[in-house]
Amino acid sequence: MDTTVLLAADDTFRLDTNFSDYLIIAIYFVFVLGIGVIAKRQVSSSIDFFLSGRSLPAWVTGLAFISANLGAVEIMGMSANGAQYGMPTMHYFWIGAVPAMLFLGIVMMPFYYGSKVRSVPEFMRMRFGTGAHLVNALSFAIAQLLIAGVNLYLLATIVNVILGWPLWVSLIAAAVVVLTYTTLGGLSAAIYNEVLQFFVIVAALLPLTLVALHKVGGIDGLTDKITDSPGGAEQLSSWPGTNLTGIEDPFWSVVGIVFGLGFVLSFGYWTTNFVEVQRAMASKSMSAARSAPIIGTFPKMFIPFIVVVPGMICAVLIPEMIDLKAGDDSSGVQYNDAILLLMRDLLPNGMLGLAIAGLIASFMAGMAANISAFNTVFSIDLWQQYVKKDRPDGYYTQVGRYATIGATVIAIFTAIIASGYSNLMDYLQTLFGFFNAPLFATFILGMFWKRMTSTAGWVGLVSGTGAAVTVALLSEDAFGSASLGVIPLSGQGASFVAASAAFVVDIAVSIVVSLMTQPKPATQLRGFVYSLTPKDQLRDPLAHLLPWYQRPTVLASISLVLVIALNIIFW
Amino acid sequence: MADGKRRFQISSAFDIRTIIGALMGIYGVILTLLGIFNATDEELAKADGFNVNLVNGLILLGVSIAFILWAFLRPLVVEEVPPEAFDDHKAGPE
Repeated sequence: MDTTVLLAADDTFRLDTNFSDYLIIAIYFVFVLGIGVIAKRQVSSSIDFFLSGRSLPAWVTGLAFISANLGAVEIMGMSANGAQYGMPTMHYFWIGAVPAMLFLGIVMMPFYYGSKVRSVPEFMRMRFGTGAHLVNALSFAIAQLLIAGVNLYLLATIVNVILGWPLWVSLIAAAVVVLTYTTLGGLSAAIYNEVLQFFVIVAALLPLTLVALHKVGGIDGLTDKITDSPGGAEQLSSWPGTNLTGIEDPFWSVVGIVFGLGFVLSFGYWTTNFVEVQRAMASKSMSAARSAPIIGTFPKMFIPFIVVVPGMICAVLIPEMIDLKAGDDSSGVQYNDAILLLMRDLLPNGMLGLAIAGLIASFMAGMAANISAFNTVFSIDLWQQYVKKDRPDGYYTQVGRYATIGATVIAIFTAIIASGYSNLMDYLQTLFGFFNAPLFATFILGMFWKRMTSTAGWVGLVSGTGAAVTVALLSEDAFGSASLGVIPLSGQGASFVAASAAFVVDIAVSIVVSLMTQPKPATQLRGFVYSLTPKDQLRDPLAHLLPWYQRPTVLASISLVLVIALNIIFW
Repeated sequence: MADGKRRFQISSAFDIRTIIGALMGIYGVILTLLGIFNATDEELAKADGFNVNLVNGLILLGVSIAFILWAFLRPLVVEEVPPEAFDDHKAGPE
């Protein structure tokens, strides 16, 4: 385990908490567990437990969609990127999320929701059979355990810092809280808590940002100080982002961001990642399901202002962070600590407690999302499909509860693994590159090309993932010291290229294999391939009754205009 | 969901909007009180005089009232779909 982070934490982040802070944190926990208990009363079938009975309104699933992603990685990782690189970090939101979320809502959600599958891997099974399904379900399940571990580790670090408990006690205590509400209330408890968490996170980070901005001398003060800081004015414009990608040529840096991050990584992540898609699937109607990711784009495009911007301010305001950026890391502070440093130096008691509650909320949201997606895939896609078929419905709900417990225990161990990596973003980007980039290629080809065969499904996935692993191995540092350094790529740029390789190889291999093997009969592809699906099944029969602000296409157009405007304003 | 058998009723189930409103309201009260009675010069100096407890407390009270009003003016309506509607999920849509 990497103890340097913790030692630094112990010495540096003695947050000056008092009774009012603990009161605020305690009230939050009462609400979290209370939601678990109330949600339990609504669980009467496996659909209730795994998909919230498909009953939630779009604003709830839309906020949960965002909140599930607003975990430790996003808050700590993106504020760290903000401190280190500045405005180019915005690409993770405006290029790397919003377009893909709109695509999910407009193009892909009708297939997911209309086919009534209960998980993304289940869609894979109906379209391509068990080969691709097993690859997808297993890789997804394993990835969730790893990421849950990362979230849990950061959660435990916070508890460790505030309460001074040893890390292993913090790990177990944090895990038990998440476990309690997800086991009791299933997805409903997770989703309702995510919505609540969203507001707590905003209520904590927005004032923190405003105070920090006030302290640094407003927007003018910030831009002046950043221009004078190491890294310079480049950090004030989002394009071409050469410092972020590590690609020196501005043209290829833009290509890396647009194709690698904006297309391959982001579409792979947002459109096929069951953690997010599951939230949309829990919606009450086709229109609500399509609107969920689209509604989610609105908070998503403004979240960086309360995550990335505080990171940027920290880098010019807090002495330890200024030293770190100047190359002096003797204080033991890391970029990931940006938010914690601001909290320590700026917030009075009361707000401090709320900020801590916000961080705890964010990490629990992330972990609960991973675990609730894991238990669905484990119960429905692995256990029901390959181990025990045809048991009564209640049996699978029970399996889901046991899977939740198992996942939490494993997450405690993966938390220990995750702590060995200094830059969490790199580590996770690498994982996403392996699992998600080829997935999107396979899905999109499978949805629009009826000729694509079952064999092509799994062969494409395996070779795409293989390509990403190969590139990462050949790069300078995508796998840390295990990488060979044959290709001169490092940092985020290596992840972008690995993901792009996965996408291209998957498409090429899938086409070649499809042409050599037999396709599935057309009758079995209804609902899963665009040209073979009756258009009624992809539409909401009551859509014409909705007011404009509940129509997915109208909302998506507004969102698109806004995100383009943001890109221009912060060019 | 396109089974045409939608029924509507006022739900007695809990409404997340009132829960959000309640939590934000409690936080708003605590922070506002801290901002009024507990804002020492030393604490204020941390943020160059910005009384963040007071400002955020008042904003949260506003948010709380907005959520509770929303829940009150547009009460939760639950669509009840008979459980049979989900029996075909294993067989897919064909």
